Amino acid sequence: MSDMSMSPNNTIGKPILRREDQRFLTGNGQYTDDVHMQRETAGVFLRSPHAHARIKSIKLDAAKKAPGVLAIFTGQDLLDAKVNGLPCGWLINNKDGTPMKEPAHPCLAQGKVRHVGDQVALIVAETQWQAKDAAELIEVDYETLPAVVDTGSANAASTLVHDDVPGNLCYDWGHGDKAATDAAFAKAAHVTKLSFINNRLIPNAMEPRAAVASYTKHDDSYTLYVANQNPHVERLLMCAFVLGLPESKVRVIAPDVGGGFGSKIFLYAEDVALVWASKRVGRPIKWTAERSESFLTDAHGRDHVSTAEMAMDANGNFLALRVATIANMGAYLSTFSTCVPTILYATLLAGQYKTPAIYAEVKAVFTNTAPVDAYRGAGRPEATYLVERIVEQCAREMKIDPAEIRRRNFIKTFPYNTPVGLTYDVGDYDATLTKAIKLADVAGYPARKAASAAKGRLRGLGYSCYIEACGIAPSNVAGALGARAGLFEAGEIRVHPTGTVTVFTGSHSHGQGHETTFAQVVASRLGIPVENVEIVHGDTGRVLFGMGTYGSRSLAVGGTAIVKAVDKVIAKGKKIAAHLLEAADTDIVFENGEFKVAGTDKKVPFAQVSLTAYVPHNYPLDKLEPGLNENAFYDPANFTFPAGSYVCEVEVDPKTGDTTICSFTAVDDFGNIVNPMIVEGQVHGGLAQGIGQALLENCVYDKETGQLLTGSYMDYAMPRADDLPSFKVDNCVTACSHNPLGVKGCGEAGAIGSPPALINAITDALGIRDLEMPATRERVWRAAQARA
Amino acid sequence: MYPFNYQNPASSAAAIAAVKGDARYLAGGQSLVQAMKLRLSQTGTLVDLNGIKELKGITVAGGKVIIGAMARHSEVARSADVKKALPALADLAGGIGDQMVRNMGTLGGSLANADPAACYPAAVLALGATIKADSRAIHADDFFKGLFETALAPGELITSVEFPVPERGAYIKFKQPASRFALIGVFVAKFGGSVRVAVTGARSHAFRATDIEAALTKSFTPEAAAAVKVSAAGMNTDLHGSAEYRAAMVSVMASRAVAKALA
Repeated sequence: MSDMSMSPNNTIGKPILRREDQRFLTGNGQYTDDVHMQRETAGVFLRSPHAHARIKSIKLDAAKKAPGVLAIFTGQDLLDAKVNGLPCGWLINNKDGTPMKEPAHPCLAQGKVRHVGDQVALIVAETQWQAKDAAELIEVDYETLPAVVDTGSANAASTLVHDDVPGNLCYDWGHGDKAATDAAFAKAAHVTKLSFINNRLIPNAMEPRAAVASYTKHDDSYTLYVANQNPHVERLLMCAFVLGLPESKVRVIAPDVGGGFGSKIFLYAEDVALVWASKRVGRPIKWTAERSESFLTDAHGRDHVSTAEMAMDANGNFLALRVATIANMGAYLSTFSTCVPTILYATLLAGQYKTPAIYAEVKAVFTNTAPVDAYRGAGRPEATYLVERIVEQCAREMKIDPAEIRRRNFIKTFPYNTPVGLTYDVGDYDATLTKAIKLADVAGYPARKAASAAKGRLRGLGYSCYIEACGIAPSNVAGALGARAGLFEAGEIRVHPTGTVTVFTGSHSHGQGHETTFAQVVASRLGIPVENVEIVHGDTGRVLFGMGTYGSRSLAVGGTAIVKAVDKVIAKGKKIAAHLLEAADTDIVFENGEFKVAGTDKKVPFAQVSLTAYVPHNYPLDKLEPGLNENAFYDPANFTFPAGSYVCEVEVDPKTGDTTICSFTAVDDFGNIVNPMIVEGQVHGGLAQGIGQALLENCVYDKETGQLLTGSYMDYAMPRADDLPSFKVDNCVTACSHNPLGVKGCGEAGAIGSPPALINAITDALGIRDLEMPATRERVWRAAQARA
Repeated sequence: MYPFNYQNPASSAAAIAAVKGDARYLAGGQSLVQAMKLRLSQTGTLVDLNGIKELKGITVAGGKVIIGAMARHSEVARSADVKKALPALADLAGGIGDQMVRNMGTLGGSLANADPAACYPAAVLALGATIKADSRAIHADDFFKGLFETALAPGELITSVEFPVPERGAYIKFKQPASRFALIGVFVAKFGGSVRVAVTGARSHAFRATDIEAALTKSFTPEAAAAVKVSAAGMNTDLHGSAEYRAAMVSVMASRAVAKALA
């Protein structure tokens, strides 16, 4: 790579404004619902009002005769057409080596409905209102069954969600060295134990899920516009596992997408049903979820019930961690549901600490609730919450300062092999903690606490030192752990004759600002103005391949694939330049957008090389193909490991239980940073979601009926600007050792690191041990009352 | 939404004449239209009140604030006259919903709907307001009858509300964190030697907290309100607060409302 530090076109590290915001902020975004096709029809899904019921019969006669109705499809139609159910993308094996249970996941209910909102029929009509009217005329005779709702007791429930899954148990998985862990506990000077519920969350992307499916008769092909984070994966799963179509006949386009947070990674039943039905109806079908449907049917997040025990020696050194978790899968296995509470959770239980022995067992259970899958952080927030809550409690029980007990146990030498299977390549946990303590003015805390006390308020301080793993990799290791997909990324650089560049990336941007960040990376490396670089994503018809965006992987994995393709362009450009400059290939260097003969003033600009490549009159055609267009695939050698230290300071009103977040300090190590403004925005968003989980958000089903009690914004409390403080955000940098950009990923960190900091602060304020999330005012008030 | 007929009368009399059968008045539409969109409510005819001039306007005269039924929350919140004469009412109106809700929602609509967690009922009750309907006047104490239930007869139209101006008054809204309606809202009003305290959000409809009124009549201090232990009997229990919690918050918010009134 050339030295680009001197180039005026090097924008790495500069907070340039997001180019995509122009269209988003002026109402010119093109979302799936903005797609209007000729002869478009409307699809509406009839959904189950029951959490668990047998379908005795479905009467469609009246509905089919209703005005405007074109077709109505049920599970029987899909069965007759041999349309498969949805696949699960990750196989987890039980402790005894047998595979997990994978019950059928039909795209329209067959025989039973298993959660409120389960799709029963697809009504296609000329207009949405006609389809809704017709849906009301469908008579479904349900025999209601008892609902399994509670995560902790699902395994013992007498009702089975799936008749072929005994004990509602998907898998019983273990990870780590049980014998070593037990031995360490046997010699411990002190054991700290805590129980937790990691509360269930509903993703609430601003744009609801939406799809427009169409079939073209002349070439027997399908096009699906869909609000999705990874269109190639959507196409692969749909073609290979469900519909049996060749990928060459299916184009999936994920245009502007208004937020995903994980919930749009997955292949959903609606997408498949619409694609299949579009051929039957012979016209395009559009469906956009209503907000109520989003609440009921977007894959939810978290929902763990856990106990954790930490064994320590007399000095507060961690000897072993033992964890038992029950994870709710919901009614069906969503695409990556099974790896979230296992591969993305138990492998992170070392945290930032050199705890030598760790053992975790995880039971995944089925319940009559919406499927649960990856949601911003996916497994790592659950691991971080558990580790950072128990570490704080260890400090309290050992009467060691919570920062000190962390420092005492920090991993300090790298690379470091954890006892749960990961190798941390770089990090400096002392540095982030030290910086966070300074930025948070912990030194001034006692005075602030006294001031709070003087006005009858309880002040508390809480830490969280998180680590997470991004860019899950390499593919072969993931495959050995049960992954049924690759984990690489692809990129293509198409240099146009005039020297402008179109970048095609398999990463997908749905709020992350890739169009700006990726353009900065490419422009800086090519030494050309950032305006000369266009980023294309989200279309299987234009992008060569892609695994999409999840797990904060886009820059580390997708960005690296792009860099590799850029380097191929530069390598070919050197050969063209050598010909033009009548020099040897090996004498050409590329600097600041110019190819130069080393040690001379002979040079040729990038745009002249690109023009030559497409107008090859003076060109080594005998040795070199014309054109300047390169692609690359990149499969990472390891995860990246962003880490950071968060400090939260709260003031609790004991009379009401109201918690005010006085300050929240986040010092993160994301490796190198391309656009600090975008990174800061990602941290802010993550913190808002993490604080939302800890303080406000809670998905609640009625324990008896399985009805969703928090099915709208009237009852599901989203965090809002006035719930949050002005964040104090800073960074430390240890560059990732195994990708050329030295980047790690920043999309999820805030949501991963913040919940334990907040709960640690509130429990500190109240002087209590246990407090469930969300720390509602009544919960906090009750704790304050008990204390008084 | 199901299809419905729409009428846009220019006078109260024409509106009243138009409301027959399952026809309903449309005021600000901040509750009704939402319910219609969700197909939770089906109406044959909507009689839109938004074009009726006589239902609008705010006047302050003779120690009373008189507000037209179609006055928007934002109009009440911004009214210089209301801010001067009855600042607690302007404050309450400025805290309802969000800016878009305040720009559409109306006083009359809020009272006729009688949402158990709406803010206005607390003011109407605590201030002893008079609700003027087309053919009669209803005292606030006789107005709220149950969950979304009022003394209004079918088709009866609120035209204005007359608020006596207290010596001191204040409203405290303790928000339900999701909806931001009142989990508990308490309005205190001191008229010479008597004190009226009304609570919203706690029961099926707004009510007067007579225990607290008695305590505050003796001593109009935050401590006096805080010392009253309010019974949880009949209070709502939901995801956002048990009856016990709501009862405790009534005293706390009453105490804070007194402090605000004295400030």
